Amino acid sequence: MSSPPAPSPADRPTLAAVFRAFAVVSLSGFGGALPWARRMIVERKRWMSAEEFNEAFALSQFLPGPNVINFSVVFGARFGGAPGAAMALAGLLGPPLAIVMVLAILYARFGDIEMLSRILAGVTAAAVGLLIAVVAKMAAPMFLGRWNSGPVIAILAFIGVAIMQWPLPIVFVVLAPVSVAFAWFKR
Amino acid sequence: MNDSPLITLFGYFALLSLFAVGGANAAIPEMHRIAVEVMHWMSDRQFADMFAIAQASPGPNVIIVTLIGYHVAGFAGAAVATVGMCGPTCVLAFFVARVWDRFKDARWRIAIQAGLVPVSLGLIGASAFVLARSADHNVYAGALTAITALVGFATRLNPLWLFAAGGLLGLTGWL
Repeated sequence: MSSPPAPSPADRPTLAAVFRAFAVVSLSGFGGALPWARRMIVERKRWMSAEEFNEAFALSQFLPGPNVINFSVVFGARFGGAPGAAMALAGLLGPPLAIVMVLAILYARFGDIEMLSRILAGVTAAAVGLLIAVVAKMAAPMFLGRWNSGPVIAILAFIGVAIMQWPLPIVFVVLAPVSVAFAWFKR
Repeated sequence: MNDSPLITLFGYFALLSLFAVGGANAAIPEMHRIAVEVMHWMSDRQFADMFAIAQASPGPNVIIVTLIGYHVAGFAGAAVATVGMCGPTCVLAFFVARVWDRFKDARWRIAIQAGLVPVSLGLIGASAFVLARSADHNVYAGALTAITALVGFATRLNPLWLFAAGGLLGLTGWL
């Protein structure tokens, strides 16, 4: 498979196509939409090469806030300016919001029912397990390699937020500059 | 703080979004702290339920803020919380995307990105801890969490199967 050429104005996706693609991504992604975004944009539509995707994804991670939301804006802005960003975002958020609003109404109405709360207790226990798996995957390369400032910062952030229950902005403002300074001087 | 819950919701989530490095899951402990402990909008159990609903429904995990907003102030609350959590970072993303190529190889950019990884790891770890404390109220629930963590770590099984299994175990009274 050869890598697709850079998009010329002629084969740029239309706004409607961007909306549809992100709507499909949003509805296929259970427990995180980014792998599906990669599949759609790099493999199926070929709107971006793998390198371009990684670059846009790196920017999405670099920015604060939900990564996949940032990604939709970065992608949309690149291909269609402000309207493109708005359409990508609307595609990504619209269908899940409609679904979750229905669930919110059902929960407000039936959340006290014993059976539903038992089901949700099971789903929560499983969802927490999956979150632990994500943490373990992130932690493995950092903790199993040669230790530098990384694991220490991660442990301090954990203690500050989980054990001491300090407000996130305070923990962030103290730890992030220290961590960035270590990264700056590590060569 | 203003009395209107809508302004409070918007202010909290707009501020939070700017510190949520590592995505929505990194901000869970702060949402929990505010919604359960500071503002008393909901019980620990209700917060855990909303996390479960947000995880098990399709789409970005950030829609937990929509559920919290709806719980606090109905449809207007849902809209305000969602816009608060997504709006500021979307505007930022839009403008940074246009100048990104200029500094994507800059040393400070690489240092910031590398430096934020351990912070977000610690925050997501804290999310797991806070949620496990709410969710794993007996040994069976704890065991289910542990097994799911192992399966999630070692395999690429679709999470939906694990949610379904968890829901079924809960329904049949194991948890």
